[in-house]
Amino acid sequence: MRDFDYVRPATISEALVAAAEPGSAYLAGGTNLLDLMKGGVTSPERIVDITRLPELNRIETLDDGGLRIGALVRNADLAHDPAFAKAYPAVAEALLSGASAQLRNAATAGGNLLQRTRCSYFYDTASACNRREPGSGCSALGGENRLHAILGWSDACIATHPSDFCVPLVALDAVVEIEGKQGRRHVTLEEFHRLPGDTPQRETVLEPGELIVAIRLPAEAASFAAHARYLKMRERTSYAFAVVSAAAALTVRDGKIRAARLALGGVAAKPWRARAAEAVLLGADADEAAFVRAADAALADASPPGDNAFKIELARRIVVRTLMSALAGTPALMPALPASPFSSLPGVRHDA
Amino acid sequence: MTLELGPNQQPAHTRHGSSIGQPLTRRDGFLKVTGTARFAADNHPPGMLYAALAVSSIARGRVVSLDVEAAKAHSGVVEVMTPLNRPALAADPDAKDHPFMFRLDLLQNDRVRYPNQSIAVVIAQTLEAATEGAALLSPRYEVLPARVGLDGAEGFVPRGVGVGGPAVQQKGDVEAGLESARTRIEATYETPAQYHNAMEPHAIVAAWDGDRLSIDTPSQGLAMAQGRIAGLFGIAPQNVHIRSPFLGGGFGSKGMISGPQVLGILAAKLVGRPVKLVLRREQMFGPVGHRAPTRQTLRMGMDGEGRLTAISHHARTTSSTFDDFFEPAADASHTLYASPAIATSHDAVRLDTGTPLFMRAPGEATGSIALESAIDEAAHACGMDPLEFRLRNYAEVEPMTGKPFSSKALRECYEQAAERFGWASRPLQPRRMRDADGFLTGWGMGTATFPAIMFQAEARAVLRADGSGLMETGAQDMGQGAWTAFAQIAADGLGLDIDQVDFRAGSSDLPNAGIAGGSGHTATAGMAIHNAGAAVIARLADLATGNEASPLFGAGNEGVLARGGRLYRRDDESRSESYADILARAGLAEIEGRGKGAPDPASQETYAKHAHGAVFAEVKVDPDLGQIRVTRLVGAFAAGRVINPRLVRSQYYGGMIWGVSFALHEEAVTDRRSGRIQNANLADYHVPVNADVPSVEALLVHEDDPHVNALGIKGVGEIGITGTAGAVTNAVWHATGVRPRRFPIRIEDMLG
Ligand SMILES: Cc1cc2nc3c(=O)[nH]c(=O)nc-3n(C[C@H](O)[C@H](O)[C@H](O)COP(=O)(O)OP(=O)(O)OC[C@H]3O[C@@H](n4cnc5c(N)ncnc54)[C@H](O)[C@@H]3O)c2cc1C
Ligand code: SF4
Repeated sequence: MRDFDYVRPATISEALVAAAEPGSAYLAGGTNLLDLMKGGVTSPERIVDITRLPELNRIETLDDGGLRIGALVRNADLAHDPAFAKAYPAVAEALLSGASAQLRNAATAGGNLLQRTRCSYFYDTASACNRREPGSGCSALGGENRLHAILGWSDACIATHPSDFCVPLVALDAVVEIEGKQGRRHVTLEEFHRLPGDTPQRETVLEPGELIVAIRLPAEAASFAAHARYLKMRERTSYAFAVVSAAAALTVRDGKIRAARLALGGVAAKPWRARAAEAVLLGADADEAAFVRAADAALADASPPGDNAFKIELARRIVVRTLMSALAGTPALMPALPASPFSSLPGVRHDA
Repeated sequence: MTLELGPNQQPAHTRHGSSIGQPLTRRDGFLKVTGTARFAADNHPPGMLYAALAVSSIARGRVVSLDVEAAKAHSGVVEVMTPLNRPALAADPDAKDHPFMFRLDLLQNDRVRYPNQSIAVVIAQTLEAATEGAALLSPRYEVLPARVGLDGAEGFVPRGVGVGGPAVQQKGDVEAGLESARTRIEATYETPAQYHNAMEPHAIVAAWDGDRLSIDTPSQGLAMAQGRIAGLFGIAPQNVHIRSPFLGGGFGSKGMISGPQVLGILAAKLVGRPVKLVLRREQMFGPVGHRAPTRQTLRMGMDGEGRLTAISHHARTTSSTFDDFFEPAADASHTLYASPAIATSHDAVRLDTGTPLFMRAPGEATGSIALESAIDEAAHACGMDPLEFRLRNYAEVEPMTGKPFSSKALRECYEQAAERFGWASRPLQPRRMRDADGFLTGWGMGTATFPAIMFQAEARAVLRADGSGLMETGAQDMGQGAWTAFAQIAADGLGLDIDQVDFRAGSSDLPNAGIAGGSGHTATAGMAIHNAGAAVIARLADLATGNEASPLFGAGNEGVLARGGRLYRRDDESRSESYADILARAGLAEIEGRGKGAPDPASQETYAKHAHGAVFAEVKVDPDLGQIRVTRLVGAFAAGRVINPRLVRSQYYGGMIWGVSFALHEEAVTDRRSGRIQNANLADYHVPVNADVPSVEALLVHEDDPHVNALGIKGVGEIGITGTAGAVTNAVWHATGVRPRRFPIRIEDMLG
């Protein structure tokens, strides 16, 4: 590991000043940043430790009925907050399906949004990678890419964004609250992450030195609580990144879909809001036929850059299944295997 | 005062069952749970420096330059070891005096022959400085194209496979057998490269004192390591002292001393100070062995009753370009199923990888998943229940050699496991069972087997004036529980309560305990301990029965038995004398006995010796999404005498879970162009987590084996993988009707 400066600001404004220097990086839970530093993937010159900024540590209900999640709220604390889990069950389920208990205890909400791709070539510094080293090429193309993107990829980069948390968040119109030298601004999560295009190294709209202070959920997001699920296909039952995942939230009245939210994970460089599918669902009969049409719409533009064509069909099926389980209703208890297709197996439920 | 007993003598006064057979908890458990067990990397001798390996990022070629200046200029870096300044060795690391001497990469030249090969060592005041120094070397290479994959080079037939067995073997006429068959199957299966990935990385702390070397390092074979290191450095073996009290797993990768460990010793020599070197996780994917991938084709013929008329098993495997280890996968077909004709053959390609090595059930695991899949396919082709089919083809003698089995309680294993599992209600056809939630449910089975192997071991027993005992042998505890099981054998061997026995192991200055491998450690070192105990008790009995003042006078050596620290007259237990009294009368501070453990050559010739088992698996498969979960595993195993049922069960659990891993999870993903492994970390190299193994049961089936050794011990370390991997994949077929032939089974293979 290279030598670096370490600063621990006491206030947000101190943090912004400290991070204004080029080569700075904020340190939150460190579960991604430190791994990248040890592997020589990133080598910041200055670490700005934001973990002592108490105002980033709160979960607050806003006057308009919305929710504000401080950027430093730990993944586990958020998922296990009873009021939060009740109002946003799919988000809690997504959080609990990610990583391991130890990692969730350390990982923060803001850090989760900004975690880097798990593309193995990105981590392998001996490989060409446009995201790590712009212009060097993309080793995943023509390489081992069965888990790579099927939507929104470019010839410059076919990586996916690995977060589970972001998938229901983007479905529920979450907004990222950002503080920078220019003051505070709000960006929808849908616009926050960028597709690779020709500049895969620019992963988000954050400007250098900008700080995520919170993530907001609008009041409407809680209205889906009775019909909201997250489903995640993995290569083992737990402690693995998504091959493909989906979050679905429905409002159903008289057998008709009055509101629908759908997003996919593990398919693109950003959490993928499936707006075309939502349009198909709106006003449709709440049944499997509508969900199949929605799945087709969601994947209409999908194409495989390599050995991952199966993910398209898998994603279709996951969309249908997730919508079916959202329709069936949010379970009263958090499944012991959150977001697993096996979450309904008898004997595996417990109160999260 | 020493008395020595040979390998398989069983003096009449020994009895089993006081300590042996008890489910003692691990004697080292407290140390481990509290974090006070000292593993190799926990040592910090005064003045110690840290070494970091620089490893190659190419698979094949030459290192053209290293920026040694930049590394040395980094603050804290003390020295950089490259081929130019590496201290001289007394032996060529590329020499191979015997098949178990593996070639090592010790900076002998600038050549690169696999990714993650060591190309330099940076030694520094801190681990961080050493690590950054290694990065600053910024190697430049002359790159040659990497040879990757089972078809990556020209195939050839190796001279020997596994421990040197013939690559091609046959009995009977397979083609005629197939010709005459009523039903035939043929199928090809692929297994991936796997890496041992013990939780504890290979680590070494080495300190030189003149020409004496003191080492802390995990080793599954202390005496072999000692000999290898002594040979490389041109010093006497007794000048090399290795301490290895605990291993955080080995699985075969710590059987032989590896290149990086020797580089730690060389680094200490170069700087004249103690040095610690610990491999990073990704550096374990190359220089410390792996399980080679295989592609196996099985052909079977069956007559009208479902009796096998022929088994043909061919395996292609891979090795490195510079050394020989060939996964003996096809040999799995030698022992399990009766057939008038059996042919097994191997061929291989040489790739730009590290040399493959023994990895938990080498050959047996890879071969078993293919054989058990094929047997399942054959049973289905004959319209038979897989268990009935296996019983129809039950081998009463070892199929390949015709030798009788020393013992074989496989029928009991089938019976007990099937009963416990509820196999009888299984529908014959696949895709017939659904659970209440709509998941496809399947039941599959596999037969487990592993040879009962013994090596050579020695032990030294002492009885002391206070009546307590000491047992010493350089045995290795890999986490399997050797500290406990051997202490139990020692206690019975010495006729003492276990708390009266001081058991010492894990150090190379103790008697050679052989290797903790091949599932043979408990049998081998256990017999040495048993015989050493018997020898010292015999000596004690001489002292007592030959002395008129003793109540045992005249009983004769055979006429006494040892128990609870006393010798008793066999024909009159009211007459006894304590060890302490006997020694006091003789005026002796202590007496000593030595014992050996080794296979008995006569019974070796006569009998086929194997442990057996039967494993039944239930899987659930999501009918649309293809996700698989093993919801139930029941195994029953017969492996001779059980020294400690708790530890033995743990070995079976671990093996069975590895079987799940083999079928569903584990795989090293190699970039097809660079030859570099893309998932060389424990986030991406998947092994099962708790949620993948919700229910695992292991039944211990009673088996007396009078031939393997006096204690009747076979081995339990590896057998659990075999059978299980097949049971899981067969259950997946039974659930879905889709026959997996490539492992691990992937989601895309299940989508249909
Ligand atoms: C083995 C393993 C398995 C995992 N499995 C999963 C999984 O299944 N699903 C999943 O979703 N995730 C998974 N993760 C990823 C994990 O969720 C992320 O590492 C974690 O959420 C990152 O949060 P952190 O607080 O530790 O971020 P850090 O590592 O501290 O930071 C990550 C990045 O965000 C920046 N940053 C952090 N906070 C802020 C802020 N407030 N403002 C601006 N920049 C900021 C940092 O500079 C850094 O670039 C896994 C991680 C590991 C190591
Ligand atoms: S897919 Fe993206 S992250 Fe992966 S190698 Fe290509 S450019 Fe790099």
